[in-house]
Amino acid sequence: MTINRKETHGRINRDKPIKFSFDGKIYSAFDGDSLASALLANGIHLVARSFKYHRPRGFLSAGSEEPNALVTFDRGQGRVTSNVRATTLEIFDGLVAYSQNNWPSLKFDIGAINDFFYMLFPAGFYNKTFMWPKSFWDKVYEPAIRKMAGLGPAPIDEDADKYASLYSHCETLIVGSGPAGIAAALSACEKPGRVILIDEQNEFGGSLLSTPNLTINAIPAWQWLKNSLAILKGRQNVTLLARTTVIGYYHDNFLGAVERITDHEKDINQNKARECLHRIRAGEVILATGAIERPLVFPNNDRPGVMLASAARSYLNRYGVVVGEKIALFTCHDSGYEVIFDLADAGISIACIMDVRDQVSDNIIAATKTRGLEIRTSTIVTNTSGKFRISSLHASRINDEKITSTEEIICDCLLMCGGWTPSVHLFSHSKGSLKWQENLGAYIPDTPNENTISIGACNGTFGLTDIMTEADSGQSKYTVDDMDFGSGIIAATFPTKSDPAKIKAFVDYQNDVTEKDINLAVREGLKSIEHVKRYTTTGMATDQGKTSNLNALQITAHAVAKPVQQVGLTTFRPPFTPTTFGALLGGKDGDTFHVTRKTPIDGWADDNGAIFEPVALWRRARYFPREGEDMLAAVNRECRATRESLGIFDASTLGKIEVVGPDAAEFMNRMYTNPWMMLKSGSCRYGLMLGEDGYIMDDGVIGRMAEDRFHVTTTTGGAPRVFRMMEDYRQTEWPELDVWLTSTTEQWAVIALNGPNARKLLEPFVEGIDLNPESFPHMAVREGRICGVETRLFRVSFSGELGFEINVPAHYGRALWEVLFKAGQQYDITPYGTETMHVLRAEKGFIIVGQDTDGTVSPMDAGMSWAIGKKKKDFVGKRSLNRSDIVAKGRKQLVGLLTDDPNIVLEEGAQIVADPNQPIPMDMIGHVTSSYWSATLNRSIALAMIKDGRALTDSDIYIPMADQTHKVRVSTPIFYDPMGERLNVL
Amino acid sequence: MLLIRCPYCQEERPEIEFSYAGEAHIARPLNPDDLSDESWAEYLFIRSNRRGLHYERWLHAHGCAQFFNALRDTVSDKFETTYKIGEARPQVKK
Repeated sequence: MTINRKETHGRINRDKPIKFSFDGKIYSAFDGDSLASALLANGIHLVARSFKYHRPRGFLSAGSEEPNALVTFDRGQGRVTSNVRATTLEIFDGLVAYSQNNWPSLKFDIGAINDFFYMLFPAGFYNKTFMWPKSFWDKVYEPAIRKMAGLGPAPIDEDADKYASLYSHCETLIVGSGPAGIAAALSACEKPGRVILIDEQNEFGGSLLSTPNLTINAIPAWQWLKNSLAILKGRQNVTLLARTTVIGYYHDNFLGAVERITDHEKDINQNKARECLHRIRAGEVILATGAIERPLVFPNNDRPGVMLASAARSYLNRYGVVVGEKIALFTCHDSGYEVIFDLADAGISIACIMDVRDQVSDNIIAATKTRGLEIRTSTIVTNTSGKFRISSLHASRINDEKITSTEEIICDCLLMCGGWTPSVHLFSHSKGSLKWQENLGAYIPDTPNENTISIGACNGTFGLTDIMTEADSGQSKYTVDDMDFGSGIIAATFPTKSDPAKIKAFVDYQNDVTEKDINLAVREGLKSIEHVKRYTTTGMATDQGKTSNLNALQITAHAVAKPVQQVGLTTFRPPFTPTTFGALLGGKDGDTFHVTRKTPIDGWADDNGAIFEPVALWRRARYFPREGEDMLAAVNRECRATRESLGIFDASTLGKIEVVGPDAAEFMNRMYTNPWMMLKSGSCRYGLMLGEDGYIMDDGVIGRMAEDRFHVTTTTGGAPRVFRMMEDYRQTEWPELDVWLTSTTEQWAVIALNGPNARKLLEPFVEGIDLNPESFPHMAVREGRICGVETRLFRVSFSGELGFEINVPAHYGRALWEVLFKAGQQYDITPYGTETMHVLRAEKGFIIVGQDTDGTVSPMDAGMSWAIGKKKKDFVGKRSLNRSDIVAKGRKQLVGLLTDDPNIVLEEGAQIVADPNQPIPMDMIGHVTSSYWSATLNRSIALAMIKDGRALTDSDIYIPMADQTHKVRVSTPIFYDPMGERLNVL
Repeated sequence: MLLIRCPYCQEERPEIEFSYAGEAHIARPLNPDDLSDESWAEYLFIRSNRRGLHYERWLHAHGCAQFFNALRDTVSDKFETTYKIGEARPQVKK
């Protein structure tokens, strides 16, 4: 195995040799290597297969812009990450990684047959080819395409890592720690404000890490960097975050940054978060994010060994790795020469230097001659050869856009320098506008939308002298020994002698988009870059076109014969690089994914085998199964026990609002449909609340505790919106009303006792309230004490049985429950959950807002005209009750349903038709809203909303289901005890 | 995430403390029964949906729980100003 290292070069730690595994084979490397540099050191250029054509691919870059070298990084079960860029993956002893998108192996990949059938895969091919037959899409085309095309496999195990998140605040945030970022940090740290300096790499320094030969203030670059970092580390007001990617730049200088904490560590530490999402609010943001070199677009420019010139420089100077033994350069920009000079000075053989331009500056010619090299001007690469790595290229001389001669040149590496693209991603996220810079052939920041400045290469400022001056607010305290950055031309399209239909000159490496695809898209009428992007998928891969966008734009502009500025620019969107879901969740997974509200009695239910269900953010006991019972059996038993003797139910989740003040009754009168002014203290009333549109919004029993005080209950899920709506009217429409509102949902625990023995159980524990039915009738409320604790005792019933709702301060809830449960044993007291509550109320035809109503149901539709205060001048929603469409015929009305076969329990949501024999699509006249087995009635019951349903009472309608059509009789929605006599049990 | 100044708390607080509450300066008619269906529908449903500076309501839900008004640019999302309920709408700077 060749080890392609230069002992004289690199900042890797040669005292720390390490072993790692790639595709099951063990290799050697050094601490400080990236996976890419380590593989290149071992002579490995072939690392991936391309997305669509399965072409062999190597490393294009040495940074986060890498489109090709995606690998799967395996740290054990639950710790497998696919599509990791090998160029940014820090290596450690024992690292395991695999190549992707190949079968059976990287060198022999069956899918590479796609490369020979390329004519089948033009731009828009998915849209065009797989249109017919429609049914084939799910079963045939999509699975096949998914298997063939694609990236690494999605992880199958649950993520075993922990994640964290932090809010941070600073006066100055600097993104990027190249020379510009470091100089800016040195200035900023002199001021009193907090400074955060962030860099995505494991080391600070950016481009300086690859340019050790420069000097700043006569100090070699790496020494200057070390000195500067020592100063910054010594400052109390400076926070340095390495291995941290700013993924998005949002409003008011709010930025998201993901810090990778453990992926580079040899051992897994369960107590450490793998990644941390920093949410940073900054006073000022200094963007020093640098620039990305552009590839050149020529036939077979994707062979392993063809890479960006800047990458070769990084591999040599930073990692001490030589990327080839005979290296060629193809450039249109002066900056390519800096790289070739570094390589030549390191003693590496240069195969040839090809420059698109017909003239190169005298300085460069002289510097080239000094090194015994020559420049082929007006020369382009027209082809490359080599199976798994470039072995030769065709250098063609051009004259007036025509090829005049071609020569084959042997090489094992070809460097491309197509100029530089400023990294304006974050500036664009923040909605800053961009302007076209003709000499760079790129967009640079124009007008910022936030308090931000861009400095250095991301601002289109190149050359270390200019960068340092800009970073230092023009103070020029730095003297720099630097080769002039020079200039270049835009060279996006080149002449060719080959059949254009057979050429594959790649623009977007990751999505396998070629120049030909873009030209085809334009020929097919797509003129805007946004359309070209979506049709060809250029720039839509996980690298978001970091290396390809400008080339795609130039080629499109060329094809439509318009200036680039008129073709448009695609939008930059967060995240800057792919981000784990774990980081975004920041530890809020599993039980903490969202809040679970629990009542004070929840623990008892848990201890007693309750099955829970989520209701809004609450978890509520749904039923309490005994040994061997399923839900139906448990609910049947709970229902019977409640109707026959006594049931106990935790109603603590009911929303509760205390409405207090001299104008409390007037306020209630305006908020609810019912009349409240004449309701006596100590009485309750069912309250119906509408939206201003006249539709039912919420309901609940409301007790008048005193002239100026109401105890309002709401539905469990509706409490926050009811409270908000009440506050809205109180604050903004009726500020003259002297009333105030307090949410008391969590202050009261509520125990509902229902059944003929409810009073008997309660009586011995209550002080100060006469439970005698004459003095405490149905729909009354009293204050007193129970077991010595203050209580608001309601005599109400949502079951149709004699019922009480006992409100006690929340922390007494469970103790009282346990007292009642123990004493209730003499009545076979039975705890029941929400399912039994639903059945009992449905037997009585009581609606549940949100189940039997859906936001388009008026009180008249629900058969609740009785709840409307007819004499009231106004209340929320009243005017809408006269709207023409609300009083129109043909509205759906609430009815009961009894199936012809009493054993059939209908499906909730099932559609209803009048005539089951009509042709499909049938005319649907309504739907089932609630449906249960009623143990009490020994048959099924259902509620439904049906067009003009009340007029259909006692007639038959039909419910067609997949297996059979059910015949159903329309009935009153009250199935049980229509006269309400059971409330009066003594 | 926006920073929003609550005119009651007199502090700039992060957007997550607030919730949006629709267009501002749409008063509920004093006598809804006197309104035609069309005028009532206008009050109920029709909003200006402005591109640019927009008078709108916000609720400092996880703060002082007060509704307040704001003038915000719907294109840039930038708040021009915020002000208390009942105060006159500020003039739009040209």
